[in-house]
Amino acid sequence: MPDAQTIAIDPPAAENPAVGIDQSSGNFSYEMKYEFDAGSGLSERTVDYISSVKKEAPWLREFRMNALKTFDSKPLPTHWATRDLENIDFNKIRYYLASGGKPKRTWDEVPDDIKRTFERLGIPEQERKFLAGVEAQFDSEAAYSNIKDTVAKQGVIFVNSTEALREHPEIFRKWFGKVIPTGDNKFSALNSAVFSGGSFIYVPPGIKVSHPLQAYFRINAENFGQFERTLIIVDEGSEVTYMEGCTAPKFSTSTLHSAVVELVALKGAKIQYITVQNWANNVFNLVTKRGLAHEEAEIKWIDCNIGSRLTMKYPGVVLKGRKARGEVLSIALANDGQHQDTGAKMIHAADETTSNIIAKSISVGQGRSTYRGVVHIPRHLKGCKNNTECDALLINSNSRTDTYPAITVRGDRHAVQHEASVSKVSEEQIFYMKQRGLTEGQAMSLSVNGFVNELARQFPMEYSVELKRLIDLEMEGSVG
Amino acid sequence: MSILEIKDLHVAIGDKPIVRGVSLTIRTGEVHAVMGPNGAGKSTLAKVIAGHPDYTVTGGDIHLDGHSILEMEPDERARAGLFLAFQYPSEIPGVSIANFLRAALQARMAEGEELDASAYYKRLYEKMDFLKIDRKFTARSVNEGFSGGEKKRCEILQMAMIEPKFGLMDETDSGLDIDALKIVAEGVNRLRGPGLGMLLITHYQRLLNYIVPDFVHVMHEGRIVKSGDKTLALELDAKGYDWVKNELVVA
Repeated sequence: MPDAQTIAIDPPAAENPAVGIDQSSGNFSYEMKYEFDAGSGLSERTVDYISSVKKEAPWLREFRMNALKTFDSKPLPTHWATRDLENIDFNKIRYYLASGGKPKRTWDEVPDDIKRTFERLGIPEQERKFLAGVEAQFDSEAAYSNIKDTVAKQGVIFVNSTEALREHPEIFRKWFGKVIPTGDNKFSALNSAVFSGGSFIYVPPGIKVSHPLQAYFRINAENFGQFERTLIIVDEGSEVTYMEGCTAPKFSTSTLHSAVVELVALKGAKIQYITVQNWANNVFNLVTKRGLAHEEAEIKWIDCNIGSRLTMKYPGVVLKGRKARGEVLSIALANDGQHQDTGAKMIHAADETTSNIIAKSISVGQGRSTYRGVVHIPRHLKGCKNNTECDALLINSNSRTDTYPAITVRGDRHAVQHEASVSKVSEEQIFYMKQRGLTEGQAMSLSVNGFVNELARQFPMEYSVELKRLIDLEMEGSVG
Repeated sequence: MSILEIKDLHVAIGDKPIVRGVSLTIRTGEVHAVMGPNGAGKSTLAKVIAGHPDYTVTGGDIHLDGHSILEMEPDERARAGLFLAFQYPSEIPGVSIANFLRAALQARMAEGEELDASAYYKRLYEKMDFLKIDRKFTARSVNEGFSGGEKKRCEILQMAMIEPKFGLMDETDSGLDIDALKIVAEGVNRLRGPGLGMLLITHYQRLLNYIVPDFVHVMHEGRIVKSGDKTLALELDAKGYDWVKNELVVA
């Protein structure tokens, strides 16, 4: 492993775009030469390297080292989760890859290869159309980061975690690791040890950010692990919508994406966090997401999981203050060779708190979807409400769906509802649509879009359009 | 003009023969009614023309404008101009009639071509006015929670928008009260014209009081045993299917 101080600076990588690529699915990659490379495998040296490259404060280096110990000491959670986790070879993964330099404020300054990637994914165009700010992460670090002047002038901070640690340590450190402690699970520990990139947002009191802030996470390199760390703090009475998109090219080897996302909504604040991810099906996507909602605050997760080999993700809200509200709206599409293990956690910790979970899963071919939910309302509280709906759609007889709702409600002063349904796209339904001239792929795509329609209508328009496009692509591809 | 020719067609479900040698030629502009008792193979005939996967053609052929369609997928047949109005149309939860029809029309366009949304809605509303269908109807999910009459009207609307060469109406009258029957028949009559050929599959003569066919065929045990003009339907109604069966025995 090279030392951070003595790394030679390579000339910019030659043009070498992959050929025969499907632009729309994000399945393409460029040859890159990385200035900073932590090498393969995970040890104290890896952690040390990352911390050195980032020129971090001693407290953070120590935080990372402790996290590594926690990661090493925790077994894989295969007593409840799939044994496919055992196929992750932590020694083969590259934990840090970066080209060096600060994230650029204009696309013109972004190196060509990287810029081309984001242009193909349509990010600069979306930024012009409807976003208040964009952060574009390429492997371990942000390549581009910009916030519109009008929003910056309101005092809104939107930077990556590396910058945040340097420039806003007092706010960062106050909340960092508080919503999701290192030892929450094996993968939150892994992230805590090697995290890089991710967004940091702070919205001062009384500010409603008019347009969404967006981050885009792109994996370019093979055998890579992306470990972004996102921390969003919205002060009293403020509002923000944050959206993230993710893609990676399809490699024959596995790729690991293991993020930690912590949200803090102070009194009366509102956070809407939207994810539309379209991972290639060699990606292990193991993400921990949780929000802390203070009094009368509202946290809403909108989570669309398409692609990946295995996704395990259960966005949660800890309803800490009176009348806090939490919501998870999730859509998971498991195609052949994919397992979507998703769900939601609602921890009620104050009176009159309300939570709502609507989860829709689609299993196609050999695809497998699992819903896991936790709703916890302790005895001493009163006036809490939860509504949970889980609907599964099966397309063809080989697909599999499981539901594991764990609803613990103590006391008799609460209102809880749970509904679950499983439906199938029948041969007759497909024939009916084909008789109207739709191909089998179009017919299945329409069924799936119909199934998620009511939920997708609650998404911002641009994202429901994107979701529909991804479903169409996925379903077209599933028909031989 | 287009021509749909059914040539000595034999059809089975599994090993069980259902249609046993049917020949029938329909030209655009013509309305043919196929009548017969339950189990005669009428519905099978309509579904097999559309390419339903449950049925196997064991002999004979079906030609559309001189070309066999037997090797074509159901969606290819649909795009070639064959429309089946289902006896029991499927529900498509969450998909509005407007979106469904839009997808069906989009599927008929060349790759890269986009349906003009405002022209589409204009045409949709024209057809709905023409068929006396409330405009709110198209916002509902396809067939979900529809009454029998609404389902049939939805089929007629789809046929009006898709403008096929041939409409195969499978028991369009089943499960309808007389008012619904009149509405559906009126819709069919309005679509009738030189560009559309129709095959009406029906058990009862009463539909033919409202849709007057050019030709009437009687099916029995998988064969067409009698063909004639509209008077055959009346005769059949007066004498019952036993009359045909008895005639067959005598012959």
